[in-house]
Amino acid sequence: MRIILAALLFSLAAQAKETVRIAFIGPLTGGNSAVGLGGRNSADLAVKLHNAGPGSKYQYELVVLDDECKPDAGVQMATKAGSDRSIVAGVTHYCSVVAMATVDTFHRFGLPTIVWGAVLPDITYGHDFKEIHRVNGTMINQNETNAKFMAAQGYKKFAVIHDTTDYGKGHDKYFTKFITESGGQIVGDFGVTADQQDFTAELTQIKALSPQALYFGGLTPIGVRIRSQMDKLGLNAQFDGTSGIVNDDFIKALGPLAESVLAFREGAPAEKLPGGRKFLEEYGKQGYSNPPEAYGPFAFVAADLLMQTIEKTGPDRRKIIAGLAQVKDFDSIVGKITFDDHGQNTVPVITKYVAQDGKWVLWEESEYARGSRKLRGK
Amino acid sequence: MSIIAQYVMNGAMLGMMYALVAVGFTLFFGVLDVIQFAHGDVLAAGAFAALAVWLGLTRLGVASPALLLALVVVAATVATALLGAAVARFLVLPLKGAPQLNVLLVTLMMGTVLRESIRLFYPGGSQPQLFPALLPTSSVALGEFNLRIDNVILLAAGTVLIAGTSLLVTRTRLGLAIRAVAQDEETARTMGVDFRRIVLLTFALGSALAAFAGVMDGLYYNEIFFGMGLLLGVIGFAAAIIGGLGNLYGAILGGFFFAALQTIGAVALPFASAYKDVFAFGVVIALMALRPKGLIGERTSERV
Repeated sequence: MRIILAALLFSLAAQAKETVRIAFIGPLTGGNSAVGLGGRNSADLAVKLHNAGPGSKYQYELVVLDDECKPDAGVQMATKAGSDRSIVAGVTHYCSVVAMATVDTFHRFGLPTIVWGAVLPDITYGHDFKEIHRVNGTMINQNETNAKFMAAQGYKKFAVIHDTTDYGKGHDKYFTKFITESGGQIVGDFGVTADQQDFTAELTQIKALSPQALYFGGLTPIGVRIRSQMDKLGLNAQFDGTSGIVNDDFIKALGPLAESVLAFREGAPAEKLPGGRKFLEEYGKQGYSNPPEAYGPFAFVAADLLMQTIEKTGPDRRKIIAGLAQVKDFDSIVGKITFDDHGQNTVPVITKYVAQDGKWVLWEESEYARGSRKLRGK
Repeated sequence: MSIIAQYVMNGAMLGMMYALVAVGFTLFFGVLDVIQFAHGDVLAAGAFAALAVWLGLTRLGVASPALLLALVVVAATVATALLGAAVARFLVLPLKGAPQLNVLLVTLMMGTVLRESIRLFYPGGSQPQLFPALLPTSSVALGEFNLRIDNVILLAAGTVLIAGTSLLVTRTRLGLAIRAVAQDEETARTMGVDFRRIVLLTFALGSALAAFAGVMDGLYYNEIFFGMGLLLGVIGFAAAIIGGLGNLYGAILGGFFFAALQTIGAVALPFASAYKDVFAFGVVIALMALRPKGLIGERTSERV
């Protein structure tokens, strides 16, 4: 009886609160839907925890929209969220092309958003709009870590293959910048199409330049081909990859050839994050059918940060933007968050991976770091 | 010097695959005057059939690479030959007499259906799949030149296959019938040639060659993916055109010529290698303007 009464009181109290709506936009269908659904669930978890927690002034509701990882669909959804005045803020986008396409839309509607997954620097740095923020790092941070790491490992001569999309070109630009600053040298730089099949011509040229390592800026499919064709041509350089290849498909498609491949990614596996265990526990309790995937914690943090800001400023778009501008050393499960004047988190976590025995292993925990196995090309 | 040998070897491998695909296009055009745009995707289907058979056999405990390879190749060629014949029987022949544009459209759509079916229904089909190395992988390093035994075997097998096809077309009764149909369908019919049967056999033959190209692609790159037939199809078609559509030797020549253009585009020209296809197809356009009948024109030699 008492329990029922308590529940009744609680629901009355909850109803009395004003309902605030925030949008989640990500790829829920198509090839990137696994990451999108993980992000959606994580943002949903943040909202549920917030609503169940004590002392919040508002009741929150998550409005879920699907951008399909396509710019046109993304702009449609951004317009939908922006034009709905009951939505006060958004947790937006995993795909860089989509996030890039919707920047203007959010600015036009004055809707404050926090990007939870896309890594292209221009999403925050390509404009002066105060609406756009990002909790995860960019490929600038990723390549800085990569270049410093490779230099510290004693690599000096690099060849670069990158795809000629914005993604690949960005990686090429920042890696080249940071490795040159670290004293490294790029002996050859090859732009290739994102669906190329045969790399023997490029790799034969690279072999003649005898680099110690081959840096690859691109995604899994051509990464797999390049690694496998390197082997066929007897090119024994260390393969140095980016976040685009950190997935199980890369290792599955290569088999033993994946061994010792390096890659770098923004964020860290959830269980390694400061509050990751708690996050995974709560996530597990909700019984979602998909895992949070790599970027779930960022979606969780983006939603959480929005709600905590709204608690202080009230559900007004303009005030939320002013509130987000003040975010400094915000404690989150992905580490401390501080936004610079472009809304970019300046202290993002970057994790180093190495492929070992058919798995992506954290560098620090690998046999390569301990010295019992050696990287190539040294 | 040894680096040039490496480029030649790389180019020869590509050229062999293109030639095998181009021969299919040319055979189809020869007998029916149609362009079968699903040809590249039939090739992809063959490669995936090979992979599926390999997975099944290894699960059954077959371990001998030679036996596996033989069974995989046989399964892929048979499956693809049947698929090619089915395309001819149910899509191309019923449209005989309709404008050629219809055949082109129907086969183009069939190609999309095949491609998307692999992506959707093959487990994990949207990502590249690991293709087993069934040939000996040892190699001889001659300076910059890494000569791999499996590449040599693949090249030799491709050469034998193309020579066999050429002999079949020029020396056998079946080849005689194919050439008869190609030259004059009406007369061939009155001479007692079973037109339908010859068309189906030709499509089966052309598709089986594509299957071999697909398996060769898999063995060479150790990787296949659902969209592999798209570019191979376009390149094979371009090779058949520059060689002179309807001419067997022209198709072979065209295949190697295109591979040479790509290698030159990637290596010898002073721009990013991403433009090598732009360069190669640009040359194809120029050649078509200069020699509309192809390198070996249809008129000067007998059509398949």
